[in-house]
Amino acid sequence: MAEVEETFKRIQAHKGVIGVIVVNSEGIPIRSTLDNSTTVQYAGLISQLAAKARSTVRDIDPGNDLTFLRIRSKKHEIMVAPENEYLLIVIQNPDAV
Amino acid sequence: MPPKAAPKSKQAQKGKTSRPAGKSGKDGDDMTDMGDTDGDDWMNTKTLVKPDDQLDLNDQELKEEFTRILTANNPHAPQNIVRYSFKERQYKQTSHVDQLAIHFALDGNMLHKESDEAKRQMAKLGIPDSGEVAGSEGGETTPAAGGAPAEGEEGKDEAKEGEQREEAGTPGPGTAAKGEKLTNQFNYSERASQTYNNPYRERGTATEPPPRATFASNVTQWEIADAYHEDFEKQLEAIRAKQVHKAPPTFPHQQHHFQEKSKEKKTIPGRKEEEKTRKKLTITETQGDDISRISKATKIVERMVNQNTYDDIAQDFKYYEDPSDEYRDNEGTMLPLWRFSYEKAKKLAVTSLCWNPMYKDLFAASYGSYDFMKQGSGMILFFSLKNPSFAEYIYETDSGVMCLDVHPEHPYMVAIGFYDGSVGVYNVQKKEPVHRCTAKNGKHTDPVWQVRWQKDDLENNHNFYSVSSDGRIVHWTIIKNELLFEDVITLTLPGAAGEGPDGTKVNTVGCGTAFDFHRKNDYLFLVGTEEGKIHQCSKAYSSQFLDTVDAHNMAVYKVRWNPFHPRIYITCSADWTVKIWEVSSKTTADKSETSSVEAQTKKPLFTFDLNNSVGDVAWAPYSSTVFAAVTADGKMFVYDLNINKYEPLCEQMVAQKKKTKLTHVEFNPKDPIIIVGDDRGNVTSLKISPNLRKMPKEKKGAPPMDPKQKEDNEIAKLDKILSMVREPNEDKK
Repeated sequence: MAEVEETFKRIQAHKGVIGVIVVNSEGIPIRSTLDNSTTVQYAGLISQLAAKARSTVRDIDPGNDLTFLRIRSKKHEIMVAPENEYLLIVIQNPDAV
Repeated sequence: MPPKAAPKSKQAQKGKTSRPAGKSGKDGDDMTDMGDTDGDDWMNTKTLVKPDDQLDLNDQELKEEFTRILTANNPHAPQNIVRYSFKERQYKQTSHVDQLAIHFALDGNMLHKESDEAKRQMAKLGIPDSGEVAGSEGGETTPAAGGAPAEGEEGKDEAKEGEQREEAGTPGPGTAAKGEKLTNQFNYSERASQTYNNPYRERGTATEPPPRATFASNVTQWEIADAYHEDFEKQLEAIRAKQVHKAPPTFPHQQHHFQEKSKEKKTIPGRKEEEKTRKKLTITETQGDDISRISKATKIVERMVNQNTYDDIAQDFKYYEDPSDEYRDNEGTMLPLWRFSYEKAKKLAVTSLCWNPMYKDLFAASYGSYDFMKQGSGMILFFSLKNPSFAEYIYETDSGVMCLDVHPEHPYMVAIGFYDGSVGVYNVQKKEPVHRCTAKNGKHTDPVWQVRWQKDDLENNHNFYSVSSDGRIVHWTIIKNELLFEDVITLTLPGAAGEGPDGTKVNTVGCGTAFDFHRKNDYLFLVGTEEGKIHQCSKAYSSQFLDTVDAHNMAVYKVRWNPFHPRIYITCSADWTVKIWEVSSKTTADKSETSSVEAQTKKPLFTFDLNNSVGDVAWAPYSSTVFAAVTADGKMFVYDLNINKYEPLCEQMVAQKKKTKLTHVEFNPKDPIIIVGDDRGNVTSLKISPNLRKMPKEKKGAPPMDPKQKEDNEIAKLDKILSMVREPNEDKK
């Protein structure tokens, strides 16, 4: 467990990372490094999108499953990794100096 | 109205059959009927009321008489009914029309007493009907008879009598009572009463509504498939619980299992992919801390974040090919990619590098110190190219680690040699070392410079070799969780008095610094020593060397067989040179006679002077003529004998700071990557430019070469070069 904590902290401290959110299966954020309103917004929207993406992948082939989802926008990149009914969301600005 | 009154008086005399002319038939209703022949006097005093719409007629018209006849004809009856007569086949007028007009009809419900219907009714109502009729007369008897049915026959008889009497009696009262219902006027009484109605009161309670939650769900193909899988798994578990052995996996389960495996593979490199260590992720989920449940996701995300940060390097790694190589035929370059380091290892030197045989992006680096005076702790780090910022696995040791080797078949087993002379075996899946040998257990008395895994022996035990400065080459076997050692060879030095090299017991032993096992003939291996000698040895012979070569003037740091050619090997040394040798084909039988001569006259095929102590040399896995060497002044050299036999194709400064010595170099078996370790704890990865990795081109149209063919080609290529270099006397062998 401590290893995961450490990895978590490393991700937060990595260059360009704006925030990290952990969301459970109901869309409720359980851990976050951002302020509350932003967190809730991200959690709700991204979990819906991830569910839709997962549904799409599995509809095409039920033996397949979503491993991760990356949304790149002008300002930053949102990376979503689903696992075990949880979602890990990381927002990073890749061009940060 | 005087004019009216006048004719009226006349009419009164004529009679009632004619009406006064002043009226029309219908308007006559308006006038008050004074047509009585009473005294005219009181009639005259009355004024007649004239309606507004009465016709104004003159006297002549008023005097006109109209005759009206009253008949008994029905004014509404049709007068000429015509009926079609089928007999005469024409329409004929019926002569007689019915003039009867019915003004009112009412159906009565009286029946004649003698008619059938009446008799039936009487039978239904029975004798009581007539009893009622004669109620005044024989009323007493019949109720008495009815009231006492227990009397039975008597009652019947009396009833009969009553009936007879009734028939004889007047019919009048009988008919009158027929329609009434029979009631016993003594016992029967009808009573009704109005009870008190309780006032209504409304009472209600409001309960708490049950808690509601909105549930919405989609049903999709995969959700159904998921449900089936889960159910199947549960069934399988139930079966397994009953039986001792596992049920053979059927297709959907295997598919699911394969999914899990492929998920694991990415993030858990180095783990054994056997059935026994299969993990169950889905069904039983322990209620641990939330964060630990997403360990894999965090690993993946860390790599993604790193990929973003080092995106340009990742692109270079994959796609960059130095374009200037097209113009410079005989030169190549190395493009630096990621650099791996760890703060705690910054003071240590990289003492060994090894790529993982299963996961091509994972490599292991051992850290220790080459400095005799400054000995501290050591580390073993596993890095992945996918995550350049942090190591995958970290192990700290108390003594500096001088060498490590990853088992080719079980990539989670790592053999390690320490500076203090002991060896250990680590299992990457666990935190602690599995084995560590002790002073009693065959530990070397000097640092262990190299370890190498061997194939599992006949009893499927893992085993490995180690070479150390104390002159011993030791074979270690892991039997039932214990480390057993066996001295293979002791490196003896030729006696100082110039006696024969064998047979004399010498006190001094040489110091082994490097060794390498032949790829095809496992029993054959080479040992490099600190004195600069190379010994050719066999596992079968424990006291003799097959051959000895005076290779260098100073310690041999590395000896390596050529990956393709079975008789070529390369050595590097602290005496600034790299040499390529060929193995002589003489057997040990001849050794004793000519070995001393051999040892002195044996010459290398190639010699390269690199201007500084050469730390490490490595053959390229893709070509038999390419090799790389690193030196203590931070430079890296790459040679391709096929292109240039004397000069390096690439000579490049790899170290960041000055005075950094490069200690080790390794080629990646699959990608065109080289990793170089230095004495500041950094491992740098570099990409090999195309010129340095030229491979024989396949002819168009020819079928693709299989590995054996490729090997043969490589060997032939090298042979061609060698034939130019070999000395004439060697050619005769």
